[in-house]
Amino acid sequence: MSKPVIATAHFTGCFGCHMSILDIDERILDLVELVEFNKSPINDIKNFTKPVDIGIIEGGISNDENAEILMEFRKHCKILVAIGACALTGGVPSMRNLVPLKECLEEAYLNGPTVKSENTGIIPNDPDIPVLLDRVYPCHEVVKIDYFLPGCPPSADTIWNALVALLKGEPLNLDYELIKYD
Amino acid sequence: MTHHYREQIKNIASKYGNDRGYLMNIAHDIVNEFGYISDEMVSNLADVLNLPVVQVRDMISFYAFFPRKPLGKNVIRLCNAVIERMKGADEVGKAFEKALGISFGETTKDNLFTLLHTPCIGLSDQAPSALINKIPLTNLKPADVPQIISELKAGKDVSDLPQARVQLNLKKEGEVICAPLDSGTALRNALNMKPEEVIGEINKSRLRGRGGAGFPTAMKWDFCRKQKSPIRYLICNADEGEPGTFKDRVILTEYPDLVFEGMTIAGYAIGAKEGIMYLRGEYAYLLENLEKVLAKRRHLGLLGEHICGREDFNFDIRIQLGAGAYVCGEESALIESAEGKRGAPRDRPPFPVQKGYKGEPTSVNNVETLCCAARILEKGGEWFSKIGTKDSTGTKMLSVSGDCEHPGVYEVEYGITIENLLELVGAKDTQAVQVGGASGKCVAPKDFGRRISFEDLPTGGSIMIFGKNRDLLECMYQFVEFFVEESCGWCVPCRAGTTLLEKKFRQILDGKGTAQSLAELRRIAQTVKSMSRCGLGQTSANPVLTTIYDFADLYAEKIKEENGKLLTFDLQKAMKVGIEASGRTKEGVK
Ligand SMILES: Cc1cc2nc3c(=O)[nH]c(=O)nc-3n(C[C@H](O)[C@H](O)[C@H](O)COP(=O)(O)O)c2cc1C
Ligand code: SF4
Ligand code: SF4
Ligand code: FES
Repeated sequence: MSKPVIATAHFTGCFGCHMSILDIDERILDLVELVEFNKSPINDIKNFTKPVDIGIIEGGISNDENAEILMEFRKHCKILVAIGACALTGGVPSMRNLVPLKECLEEAYLNGPTVKSENTGIIPNDPDIPVLLDRVYPCHEVVKIDYFLPGCPPSADTIWNALVALLKGEPLNLDYELIKYD
Repeated sequence: MTHHYREQIKNIASKYGNDRGYLMNIAHDIVNEFGYISDEMVSNLADVLNLPVVQVRDMISFYAFFPRKPLGKNVIRLCNAVIERMKGADEVGKAFEKALGISFGETTKDNLFTLLHTPCIGLSDQAPSALINKIPLTNLKPADVPQIISELKAGKDVSDLPQARVQLNLKKEGEVICAPLDSGTALRNALNMKPEEVIGEINKSRLRGRGGAGFPTAMKWDFCRKQKSPIRYLICNADEGEPGTFKDRVILTEYPDLVFEGMTIAGYAIGAKEGIMYLRGEYAYLLENLEKVLAKRRHLGLLGEHICGREDFNFDIRIQLGAGAYVCGEESALIESAEGKRGAPRDRPPFPVQKGYKGEPTSVNNVETLCCAARILEKGGEWFSKIGTKDSTGTKMLSVSGDCEHPGVYEVEYGITIENLLELVGAKDTQAVQVGGASGKCVAPKDFGRRISFEDLPTGGSIMIFGKNRDLLECMYQFVEFFVEESCGWCVPCRAGTTLLEKKFRQILDGKGTAQSLAELRRIAQTVKSMSRCGLGQTSANPVLTTIYDFADLYAEKIKEENGKLLTFDLQKAMKVGIEASGRTKEGVK
């Protein structure tokens, strides 16, 4: 029997959630035994090469590239799991949602105190740069998300337990400490 | 300016003995005088009453009828409830907007007109309807509008307009409410008994409250009477805010004597000296006649000191005018409001019968309940108990509106099936019947054999009929919108939940929902229902919960699944600002 296939994606987050995945320490060896990794920053596979069983998503959706890749993930993955505050709510990056995007860009590139002198700044417009969206969206506002793991980041144990439960088709029991945040 | 209103506010307050308990009346008088009540006036009033400013502002800001900014000389409040929109209220609204050159919520530059929307004003049987300067106008047509405006501009009185005519539309008279009464007969019978015996007679009749909850009236009176307290109060709930209900309006217009007789009997039974009728602000136009009837009853010795010559029985009634808040129909919110506060429901227990108005035992009864009580004392509990069904004795006044030939008020025996009712009112090709108003139940044709009664389909009186061609889910959506507007905001499940419900519902109706959205809709609805603090929140999800199974097809039609992609997310739209701000030309091209 072939191993279940896993893919991971990083959108607008700090990579902390991916670090937390790696934080499972030596269990990573078990994981490699259990599953096969497809598209992921961990192995630097850039494109999907086969159907994926579980897609793990870090970060919110702040630009067109994020949105398109998330939709790709939805297309290729049977199950999508969003992990971390950024993916679930937009998190820290979504603090910009309080200010209209145009004002954000103008402050950063035209009028802010660190812009060298007046009238010389421009708002980056290189076609290679992704276009910022009007606000940072939580993943579930863009595609259907099947499971959510809260935390900033969710601890390695939380991710591990969730993954194992999902792979074995068992109910997930997380200890109180793993989902208590204050 | 400042000095000018200072003096007047002082005068108004002193008219009510500077008693904060009359804050509703004081606010009404101020608004009648100045057209609004500004923050400055609020501070001033707080000063006069020796209250914290926030307390007064908290109360004033709660009510739709206490505007805090100046409105036009003529205030037009067009009802835009479900039934009205079925009958063309939107077109009438557009005609008003066109004639005045303003949108809803705005005031004309010359300060002559303000245009507002209002929920049901109790005229659903003669929709589209509006209140202009508190005077009701009915059966409006877009073509009427220019003339109405020009006559108002010419300074004509609203009540002289041809549309200022409220029809009674009493289509079926029954033997309990709509029978003649010799004023005082029932009361004299009651006074010949001991209060306990009066309660016993009501008990024999098995009368249950007509306001919605159906609590046995004798038990309520008995609880109230048995409280150890020298002071007790009787309140008649004439707030009638449930969309599509207007039977109390008809009773108050046609049978006010019966209501007051019932109140006096109730006062005697529970041992109260003071009765309050809480009349919804929308019915202010009934006030004059009601006061007249009260004066007449005082004159006849049926009210006031030594009623019917009894040295030991004094009882009088005052009418408290509400100010446009649906939740004030809920008894504890009503009591708060009658005490001159914001109409937020109280925690229970203690129940009003234990600690009600001014902290004293209080029985709150619906208008119709009190009428029944009077009739029972006239004709006997035995007689009454033989009408209707086992658990629902007597008759019920139904307010019928919507898609039928003869909308109006029908006094029917409890136990009538929906089918028979539809026949009676001339309804054909009925898609659904909303029983009990926005907070009630949407009944599908397969259930038209069910009966109007406490044991099967209870209703405070509202029956709205939706014909085959109506967009039923849009109607349900408008009910949800109503609850968003009317939530008092105290508890999160209702304040936030009704808004979440409304948004999710809209998303689905706009064809942007997925199967998951439908599941979410159901979950939100369940949470709002089970977690809300008072009856408003607990019933606010009913438009969804009572259609989601019985009309599952209508929901299914709206769902277009697209492989997990959410149709609510519009990438092009989300990119628009970013593209424009950076001056890129080709959208999304990299
Ligand atoms: C949101 C809400 C609105 C209500 N509105 C009314 C109303 O307009 N008239 C009424 O009689 N009862 C209304 N009720 C019911 C009252 O709380 C109370 O049960 C009733 O007045 C008791 O009178 P009864 O025993 O004669 O029915 C409402 C309840 C809720 C929760
Ligand atoms: S949730 Fe926390 S750890 Fe994860 S990407 Fe966001 S900020 Fe980083
Ligand atoms: S349920 Fe709604 S109306 Fe009732 S107390 Fe809560 S917020 Fe107020
Ligand atoms: S008066 Fe408008 S719906 Fe009742």
